[in-house]
Amino acid sequence: MTEHARGAGALLPVLHALQARIGWLPDAVVAQAAERLNISRAEAHGVVTFYADFRREPPGRHVVKLCRAEACQARGGAAMVQAAERRLGVALGETRADGQVTLEAVYCLGLCAIGPSALVDGAPVARLDAAGLEAIAAEVGA
Amino acid sequence: MRRVFVSADMASVALGADRLAEAFARAGAEVVRTGSRGLFNIEPLAEVEEDGARVGYGPIGPADAEAVLAGTHPARLGPVDALPFFARQQRLTFARCGVIDPLDLQAYAAHGGWRGLAAARGMAPAEVVEAIKASGLRGRGGAGFPAGIKWATVLAAPGPEKFVVCNADEGDSGTFADRMLMEGDPFCLIEGMAIAGHAVGAGYGYVYIRSEYPFAVRALQRAVALAAPRIAPFAIEVRVGAGAYVCGEETALLESLEGRRGQVRAKPPLPAHAGLFGKPTMINNVLTLAAAPFILAEGAERYAALGFGRSRGTMPIQLAGNVRHGGLFEAPFGLTLGEIVNDIGGGTESGRPVRAVQVGGPLGAYIPPSKFDLPFDYEAFTAAGGLIGHAGITVFDDSVDMAEMARFAMEFCAVESCGKCTPCRIGATRGVETIDRIRAGERRGENVALLKDLCDTMRHGSLCALGGFTPFPVLSALEAYPEDFGLKAGE
Repeated sequence: MTEHARGAGALLPVLHALQARIGWLPDAVVAQAAERLNISRAEAHGVVTFYADFRREPPGRHVVKLCRAEACQARGGAAMVQAAERRLGVALGETRADGQVTLEAVYCLGLCAIGPSALVDGAPVARLDAAGLEAIAAEVGA
Repeated sequence: MRRVFVSADMASVALGADRLAEAFARAGAEVVRTGSRGLFNIEPLAEVEEDGARVGYGPIGPADAEAVLAGTHPARLGPVDALPFFARQQRLTFARCGVIDPLDLQAYAAHGGWRGLAAARGMAPAEVVEAIKASGLRGRGGAGFPAGIKWATVLAAPGPEKFVVCNADEGDSGTFADRMLMEGDPFCLIEGMAIAGHAVGAGYGYVYIRSEYPFAVRALQRAVALAAPRIAPFAIEVRVGAGAYVCGEETALLESLEGRRGQVRAKPPLPAHAGLFGKPTMINNVLTLAAAPFILAEGAERYAALGFGRSRGTMPIQLAGNVRHGGLFEAPFGLTLGEIVNDIGGGTESGRPVRAVQVGGPLGAYIPPSKFDLPFDYEAFTAAGGLIGHAGITVFDDSVDMAEMARFAMEFCAVESCGKCTPCRIGATRGVETIDRIRAGERRGENVALLKDLCDTMRHGSLCALGGFTPFPVLSALEAYPEDFGLKAGE
């Protein structure tokens, strides 16, 4: 790390590391990180709320990210999002009440010729169809 | 022991390549994991060494391993290099991708690696910059700015500390070339960055990779650790984004690297003069930097000899969406859009007629088949009211609702706007509402006029390409497919 990157420049890597360990970013943890990096709580809060990846609430036990971008739409992605919402019993952007699964939109995984694509607990899935959706539902225990 | 090559690329793994590799290992083969060759309708693909050639079998699954090794499987494709999709390409940047183990330093060197860096380090920095200029290489991220001029600006910028930043925030839907190269040949990018460091006088480089690419992050982190002694004293650090499309804009990316919200900076100053931490910064896309090793190793004139008009060299075209032969096709500029979509891509995968293609990602224009004689060239696309961007081509069949796609373009802009400038932050939301009114048949004529006016404001009033180019997909859809908006042609 260069001299400059030790302070504020380290904020994103630090937040990533904290979230990898805790699963989300409680306000108190963000405040501690800000103090250690010698930046204001407001600055750190601004960063946490800007980026889609940073969670201010704990996610479900499983996280399913479905691609909503154009190349997946060209391959039936929009209908797949609706089917997933129905099958998993949770709306896009929400965590199911029992805490079992969080369903999220992602804008492109770079799997653009083999959509609809998804990330299931970090594992990539492509050419998603009804059978694939059932497999995801089974995996997340829905 | 028989050697079998199976891709470990994220797309291949999404299609089941890991299970395939395990099956070959169980069957007694020596399995080498490579990047992807880049033709997805034959994946999962296994390549078996037979008399010096690599014979492909695909698409296959784990249960096919024994029959493939026995040479009796019906999915035999023959030597992969000889398949028309690959034989028609000229792979300069992607020459090694899909061929070698991406983290095998010996294989990299044996396939021509490090020759560009060695040549560059034997030259004065200004000579390296001249070679890049002479090659005609233009920024592959989308804007197409001449790379040599950018490199020369950073070289000339005074200051004891400069940076090389690689923009690997490949957020455009329909593009995956950066991802494939970082996974399939990461040393090529590392070599390109080291060449750039020598050329502009920078000792430190960052690669900013989007978090949606976990495989690329892992591959590049490992490759950087392995190659560190080879590129020293130049050093590279991998940074991971956090789910913000706008960070693909170079000044937003620099803000993000500095630990801030990814908000666009007003230019000037140019990053070349005052970029990362206020220092002169050479920021280039993955493919721009990855083109440098070839140019230095083989000579600028060999690169410049290929191409069309002022678009020199090759472009890794990405065929995406509803297309039969989806994948990566590296070829000199100048192919027509029709050749790319119909001849190379084989039309739609669904078998229905092609109705539209979007070129250049979410900010690119929708183009109807009636304009398929357009040559793949920066200037030709600009003149036609579009852009080639990062060379992703997303194919749609006749089931697409183009008013829905226009609405999505505005919605995406609203979701991803950094919020700094009003035309983008507010305009995108008003754009969604206006398109909804048009689709609902509410004072259609007035609302179409309003939408065009709004697009004009966004086009000319936004700080960066997100707000500035979102009108491209919206207006192109409105112009070419008025019937989808409930309008008659010319209305």
